[in-house]
Amino acid sequence: MKFAILVNEGPFNHQAADTAYQFARAAVARGHEVLRVFFYYDGVHNAHRASAPQADERNIVVRWSKLAEQHGVDLAVCVAAGLRRGVTEAVIAPGFRITGLGQLIEAGIDADRTMVFGD
Amino acid sequence: MNEQNSDGTVTKRFMIVNRKAPHGTVYALEVLEMVLISAMFDQDVHVAFLDDGVWQLRRGQVPAALEMKDFSKTYRALEGYGVDKIYVERESLTERGLLEKNLVVPVEVIGRADMARLMDGMDVVLTA
Repeated sequence: MKFAILVNEGPFNHQAADTAYQFARAAVARGHEVLRVFFYYDGVHNAHRASAPQADERNIVVRWSKLAEQHGVDLAVCVAAGLRRGVTEAVIAPGFRITGLGQLIEAGIDADRTMVFGD
Repeated sequence: MNEQNSDGTVTKRFMIVNRKAPHGTVYALEVLEMVLISAMFDQDVHVAFLDDGVWQLRRGQVPAALEMKDFSKTYRALEGYGVDKIYVERESLTERGLLEKNLVVPVEVIGRADMARLMDGMDVVLTA
């Protein structure tokens, strides 16, 4: 099955970023395809490479980057939501890219299921 | 549910669900940006307002008092973007003492059970 994933919330502040990641990883492990993870609202903060959690905590940003590197998952950050919050090309971690909201709609069209993580 | 068009493209039933008040959080504004973009993709777009989301359509908002942009005007422009399937949940209005005539734009008011059925028939539901 082909999945599109929308992350509505920032990392650390809300469980949504963790659950979305765990879902994506489980889907890939079961042989499904994650077409795109799209980061919107405060979800764009998931892409910030300056994020430096304490060593005994999960590193949400690095974890996403590894998912992109190991499984080729497309990590798409909304340009408009990113600009509002200072998440731009200059500060994004490896594996992320800045793009338009149209890429979320496009993923919804191409995927078999679109999963939204947030409240 | 989704149909393959003769030119090979696919038209899906999208529903964009508004559940939050217009101000207090940024969700309503950014959902609206999502609605406007979705209208450019020739999809079958539905917009739903329920829970505190119904406040987004309240006539007579003065968000300038909060130094916020008045984007409630944009709901009236949606039809011009080809988005005319706007649904509001009756129970959500009633629970908040709102009437259909208090809203900034013509909508279809439907009951909670019908909203659930409508949502169930969608291919993609995007919510905040």
